[in-house]
Amino acid sequence: MGLGRYLVHRLLLVIPTLFGVTLITFALTYLLPGNPALVKAGPLATPEYLAEMERKMGLDQPVHVQYWRYLRGLLRGDLGESATTGRPVLEDFFQRIPATLELTLASLLIAAAIGIPLGVLSAVYRDTPVDHLSRLAGVAGVAMPTFWTGLLLLFVFFYLLGVAPPPLGRLSPDVSPPGRITGLYVVDALLTGNRRAVVSSLYQLMLPAATLGFAVMAPLTRMVRATMLEILESDFIKAAWAAGIPPSRIIYGDALRNALIPVITLLGVIFGFLMAGNVVVEMVFAWPGIGNYAVTSLMSKDSGPIQSFVLFVAVVYVLVNLVVDVVYGLVDPRIRLR
Amino acid sequence: MRETSAMAEAVVLRRERARRARLLWRRLTKDRLSLAAGGAIVAIMLAALAAPWLAPYDPDATSASDALQRVSLRHWMGTDVYGRDLLSRVIHAARVDLLVALTATAVALTWGAFLGAVAGYRGGWMDQLVMRLVDTIMAFPAFILTMGITATLGNSTLNVVVAIAITHVPIYARLLRGEMLKAREMEYAEAARTVGNRPARIVFFHLLPNCVPPLIVQATLAMGFAILTVAALSFIGLGIQPPQSEWGYMTAEGAGYIVSGEWWLFLFPGVAIMVTVLAFNLIGDALRDVLDPRMRGVR
Amino acid sequence: MTPLLEIRDLAVHFAADEGRVEAVDGISLTVRRGEILGLVGESGSGKSVTALAVLRLIRPPGRIVRGSIRFDGRELLDLSEEAMRHVRGSQIAMIFQSPRTALNPVLPVGRQIARLFELHRGCSGHEAWQRTLEILRLVGIPEPERRASQYAHQLSGGMCQRVMIAMAVATEPRLLLADEPTTGLDVSIAAQILDLLRELGRRTGASMVLITHDLGVVAGVCDRVAVMHAGQLVECSDVHGLFKHPAHPYTRALVRSIPRVDREVTMEPIPGAVPSVLEPPPGCRYADRCPWVIDRCREVKPELLPLEHDHEVACHAVEPSNVVPARS
Repeated sequence: MGLGRYLVHRLLLVIPTLFGVTLITFALTYLLPGNPALVKAGPLATPEYLAEMERKMGLDQPVHVQYWRYLRGLLRGDLGESATTGRPVLEDFFQRIPATLELTLASLLIAAAIGIPLGVLSAVYRDTPVDHLSRLAGVAGVAMPTFWTGLLLLFVFFYLLGVAPPPLGRLSPDVSPPGRITGLYVVDALLTGNRRAVVSSLYQLMLPAATLGFAVMAPLTRMVRATMLEILESDFIKAAWAAGIPPSRIIYGDALRNALIPVITLLGVIFGFLMAGNVVVEMVFAWPGIGNYAVTSLMSKDSGPIQSFVLFVAVVYVLVNLVVDVVYGLVDPRIRLR
Repeated sequence: MRETSAMAEAVVLRRERARRARLLWRRLTKDRLSLAAGGAIVAIMLAALAAPWLAPYDPDATSASDALQRVSLRHWMGTDVYGRDLLSRVIHAARVDLLVALTATAVALTWGAFLGAVAGYRGGWMDQLVMRLVDTIMAFPAFILTMGITATLGNSTLNVVVAIAITHVPIYARLLRGEMLKAREMEYAEAARTVGNRPARIVFFHLLPNCVPPLIVQATLAMGFAILTVAALSFIGLGIQPPQSEWGYMTAEGAGYIVSGEWWLFLFPGVAIMVTVLAFNLIGDALRDVLDPRMRGVR
Repeated sequence: MTPLLEIRDLAVHFAADEGRVEAVDGISLTVRRGEILGLVGESGSGKSVTALAVLRLIRPPGRIVRGSIRFDGRELLDLSEEAMRHVRGSQIAMIFQSPRTALNPVLPVGRQIARLFELHRGCSGHEAWQRTLEILRLVGIPEPERRASQYAHQLSGGMCQRVMIAMAVATEPRLLLADEPTTGLDVSIAAQILDLLRELGRRTGASMVLITHDLGVVAGVCDRVAVMHAGQLVECSDVHGLFKHPAHPYTRALVRSIPRVDREVTMEPIPGAVPSVLEPPPGCRYADRCPWVIDRCREVKPELLPLEHDHEVACHAVEPSNVVPARS
């Protein structure tokens, strides 16, 4: 199977997956208890008004017709309206995505910058204090509830030490946001040369990104360590030692290069972790992203935006996994050149 | 001939099981960390069971004069704004967290194992159907789907169990299907078939026992995830409802007091979550090393 | 002239849960300039460990516990790790068995050779690539320009082995350690590879240690043979002497077990299994399998003593008079 066929095959696989995903969210939205017409009409509606509402929303139609309507709506970008903001959910999403993206990317960066070297060190210096420390961080990272890590960091760095800002979103209240280019405050502030905004946005980002980064660092370190251990034992690494290649090149060139390929496949899983973590971290730090939006809707018993949130995240998740597989195919010559 | 070799194989398998059990025992007793983890799980379970007798105070008894007491000999974990004893609440909360996680795991294991076994053994369209369902569930990040289901079904302990169980079904279904495909190739299944056993009998009495060790490993590790999920759900206000005490909800209640310095309110429930999850993960790792050696160090 | 490689009383032990594994137990061995020495023995006899010890690549839990390895008059065991690294690949190169897994799967094979030129011979990138193509042509790889930028999984097993050989001889080392270079290859390709190795050895004047369990290969290629059994060296001889007068009972058994086409004889398998080298008792490790065993064998380890010109044997039971032609 050549790369072309691999890619086509993988792309086609997205269709049934997305079909399944929309089926589930459709079931969540329309079929399960909790009559959406009742929600829309309000608790004081008369039976006649309710029936009228049901007809208007197509709830009296057969299921497959309803599903078709739902799909057509989705394709038009219709994710319903939020009772809290009174605006289309899609619009609310687009407004909040940059915040979530900024937080997600920053934590991914932190996790990779610390987690990958830590995994390498852990494998190279197996069963030494470095290894024990990294494994301890690993098991703790998986066992600590993310929201609690966030609160712990807040307590230590904000309350006790006073070196972190209060958990009040992306900028301190006296700094105005930089002009919108990418929507990521740190990047935009850098691009517009707004030093005050750069400092403030980094300062605000510090704790939430560290919280989320710590949560996803653990599986990353663990995977890098495991693959590195396996690869360091392989024949071609022995051959490299026997050929007098310098140790640093063997470890960071030959071995890590091979070890990172399976790690790429983990990125999809890590993204799932990140999305879950986003919800609670955004809540703890009042970070105005889509996770926070979902929780806010939750508090006002507005389930429409939540279901749209689930669908939205799932679609992004499916696409991220697609990209991961494609990148994997491009990076690994054993797939690329079969 | 065939039957004798099948019997020989069964004997080998039984011996292998005995060897594993010895290995596990040695590992658990030699490795102090696993021993501590096992001890912690037993202690937490006992504490949950004996909560009414163990807890020093009534977890719901309010007392204005005792509000927001610091950690002291009278209140080992301090008290909350209503003067309720935090230690008593943490102990009682263990019942809710463990019960929900255990039930969800048990339900997911039963359904997942059943679906996976049927899919793997029967193959064909049944396999296709089950695997498509599993793939679809796995197309969602687990916590996000759990959140969506609970939000839709409404806040109740039962709904949290259902939601977690649904997202955990794929773990067991995939595992069982894989094991079943492997086991099907093995000779003793064929021997059982030629002797004329009914398929259901073959699956449940001949093939399933071999899938038990990896199932135990997965279930133990999934317990940790389930507890984290329950806690995170109630932290964001989903699922378990007050006044029932639950670790995640208690942490959320305590979060508001960080700025005023009442640290014990968020700290101790979180510690309880971490210790419990850590214990399950460590035991799961130890079990995997012994029961499922090919997975060692991975994940 | 000093021999190229002189191993004296080398012992390599591995720490295991159950105790100490004496993988190599005090062997002494010389490799002369320009010769091909066959190192023969069943698997687990310590052949590969000996080769890795020469490169000082024994890793924990293994350890070189005593002995001396002199290469061209220099004591390798006294060199710093950095100095040793310059010996590896440059002065002493190793060819591994299973060529496919011994090549880095994500690096084009040409890059793997070219970097040796850059590293050990200080070549520029362009020059290294040119010399890589040359060496690939030399080892008989057609279309080297195309092959050099391919990956291991795109090449056949025989071609991978040629690449491995090209890697080993690229920097013209003085000593080649070839560890079962023909396992996994089919017979005709194996013969080609052996011819190539012999040819390259002659051309560059390099010495070679050919590790194998196949006495047939030894007879065809080697100048001298050393026979190992359970971590001990039992016999060392020029190739003619060994096949004509195998002295050690183990060697005799090995020689008898070679399948022959010119005679209808049943192959005689060697009785008993390779003894465990886990905290072995003193004395000769072949004692339990030996038809000539005497009490002394179980108490004192026999020394390697000269028997005739260029022929040494370690056996209490062997007197010069005992040595009779194996195939008369």
